[in-house]
Amino acid sequence: MSGETYDSPILIPRGRRRVARYGILILATGLFLLPLCWMVSSSLKPEYQMFASPPVWWPSPPRWANYTEALTQLPFGQYAVNTSIIALASIVGNLLSCTLVAYGFARFRARGRNAWFIILLATLMLPYPVTMVPLFIIFAKIGWVNTFWPLVVPTFFGNAFYIFLLRQFFLQIPQELDDAATLDGANTLQIFLQIALPLSKPALATVAIFAFQASWNDFLAPLIFLQDQSKYTLMLGLSFYRGSLQINWAYLLSTSLVIVLPIVLLYFVAQRLFTEGISLSGLKL
Amino acid sequence: MTAIIAMPRLSPSRRREELTFYLFISPWLIGLVLFTLGPMLISLLVSFTEWDLLSDPAWIGTENYRRMLADPLFWQALKVTATYTAVYVPCELIGGLALALLVRPKLRGIRVFRTIFYLPSVLAGVAFVVVWIWLLNPRGGLVNLLLAQVGITGPRWLLDPNWTLVSLLLMSFWGWGRAMVIYLAGLQSIPGEFYEASAIDGAGGWRQLRHITLPLLTPTIFFNLILSIISTFQTFTSAFIATDGGPLDSTLFFVLYIYRKAFQFRDMGYAAALAWVLFGVVLLLTVLVFRTQRSWVYYGGERSE
Repeated sequence: MSGETYDSPILIPRGRRRVARYGILILATGLFLLPLCWMVSSSLKPEYQMFASPPVWWPSPPRWANYTEALTQLPFGQYAVNTSIIALASIVGNLLSCTLVAYGFARFRARGRNAWFIILLATLMLPYPVTMVPLFIIFAKIGWVNTFWPLVVPTFFGNAFYIFLLRQFFLQIPQELDDAATLDGANTLQIFLQIALPLSKPALATVAIFAFQASWNDFLAPLIFLQDQSKYTLMLGLSFYRGSLQINWAYLLSTSLVIVLPIVLLYFVAQRLFTEGISLSGLKL
Repeated sequence: MTAIIAMPRLSPSRRREELTFYLFISPWLIGLVLFTLGPMLISLLVSFTEWDLLSDPAWIGTENYRRMLADPLFWQALKVTATYTAVYVPCELIGGLALALLVRPKLRGIRVFRTIFYLPSVLAGVAFVVVWIWLLNPRGGLVNLLLAQVGITGPRWLLDPNWTLVSLLLMSFWGWGRAMVIYLAGLQSIPGEFYEASAIDGAGGWRQLRHITLPLLTPTIFFNLILSIISTFQTFTSAFIATDGGPLDSTLFFVLYIYRKAFQFRDMGYAAALAWVLFGVVLLLTVLVFRTQRSWVYYGGERSE
C-alpha cells in the first residue's frame, strides 16, 4: 500500500513561513470544527437558550435529558438493529464477492480480461439513480419491497470500487509465493484462501469499513425500498424526525450526533485505512 | 485486447486458467446482468410506456420524451443541477487542492489537521445536512447569529429561493476533505528532487506551484474532476432533507425529480425516461471531459505515442 514516500525538506516551511502556515491551519480547523461544536452545544441546550442572541456556547446547565427524550420519541433502538443487520450483511456480501472477483482479475490470464475490466471501471461511473427505477420495479414484482433484501442481496455480487481496490492490492503480492505453494501441492482455491487473503488483511479491513460506512449512511435506497416504520434504518428515522411539523432542534441534533457516533469512532480508530483506501483508488486509474 | 487476436488455440493449462478466471469473476458478471444491464434494458422499455405498476403498462412510444420537452419542471431540474454542478465542481477542485497543499508538509501535528479536515466527509448523509439546516436557520442558526454580531442581517438562506443554491454550496465546503485526500496521494508521488532543482534555479513557491506541482498533478485533478461531476449530478439527500426541492422549485435537483415521478406519482414510464436522460447527460459530460484529457493531462513518460 502507498506508504510514506520521500519528502523533500525543501517542502517544509521554516521560520516565519512556518508560523504563518500554522496560523492558516488553525483558522481552517476552526472553520471545519465550528459546525460540529455548535451542534454539540445546541444539542445540550434547554429550549430558552436555543435561539438566544448573542449565541450561547456553553449551555448552562447542560440539558442531558434532550438525549434520553429524543431517543425514546421514536423507536431508534429498532432502527439501530435494522441498520446493523443491513450493514453487517453488506460487509459479509462485499467481502465474499469482491475478494473473489478482484483475485480473478489480478491473477488469471484470460482472453477478454482487459475488456471486462474496462466494463467494470465504466460501471463505477454509472449513477445509481439511473438504475433505481427499474430495480424498484423488479423488486416490487418479486415482493421484495419493504424487506432488507434489495439492500443486501446486490452486495453479494460485487461492487466495482471495492473490486478495483482489492485488485490493486492483490497485484502487489508476488507471484513467486503462488508458485512456491503450487510446488507444495496447493490448488488455486487454497492459494487464494491461505496465502492471498491472509496477506491482504489491511485491504480487507478497508473494504469492510467502506461497506459499513456506505450502508450506515445510505439514504436513497432505504428510502425507496423500506416503507414500514418498523423496517426503517437510522438515517430514515432521522429524516422522518426532520420532516415532523414541529421540529425540536435539540432532539434532532442529539439524535444526529448519536447516529453518527459509530462512524466517527470508527474513523478515529481506523483513520489510516480510510484515507489510504481513498488514495489507493486515486493513484492509478 | 491484442490477446484476443494473438491466441487462436489454447493449451489445456491456459484453458483451465481461463475457466478459473471466469469462475472467480462470475459473481460480478451475474450481478452485472441482474442489477445493471438487465435493469437498464428494462428501464429503456419502460420509458416507452405509461405505467403506474398497478395496471398493465401501456405502450406510448416516444410520448414520455416528447412530454419532457414541454415540461417546465424537467427544464428547471436540468437547470438547477447544471448550475449547481458548474459552480460546485470548480469549488471542490480548487478548495480540495488548497487544503491538500496546506497539509502537505510533514510538520509536527499535521496528521491531526488532516484528520480534522477529512472528518466531515465521513458524515456524508442525512446528519451532515441536518447540521447545516440548523447552522443556516435564519433565527437561531450560528451563521446569522455571527453575522448579527457584526451588524449584518443575514439572508433567510434555505427559505429564500434566491439563496437556496448558495446555501447548499456554502455547506459543501465541509466535504472537501475527500478531494484533499486524493490530492495528497497525488502530491506524494511528485519527486522532491524537482523542487530542489528548481530552488537552485531560483524559482519561488508560486512558480514551483505553476510549473511543477500543477502539471504533475493533472492526472489527479482529472480523476477528481470526473468523480466530482458524477457525484454532483447525483445530488439528492441534501435537496431532499434540507428543502425538499423548494422553495419555488429552486432546489429541484434532477434525481429528486426522478424520485418524485417514480415514487410519489408512480409515473414509472416518465421516471424511466428521465433516468435515461440523466444517464445520457452524465455519459456525454464524461466523454467530453475524457476528450479534453489529451490537451491538459500530463502522464509523464507513460503515454504510448
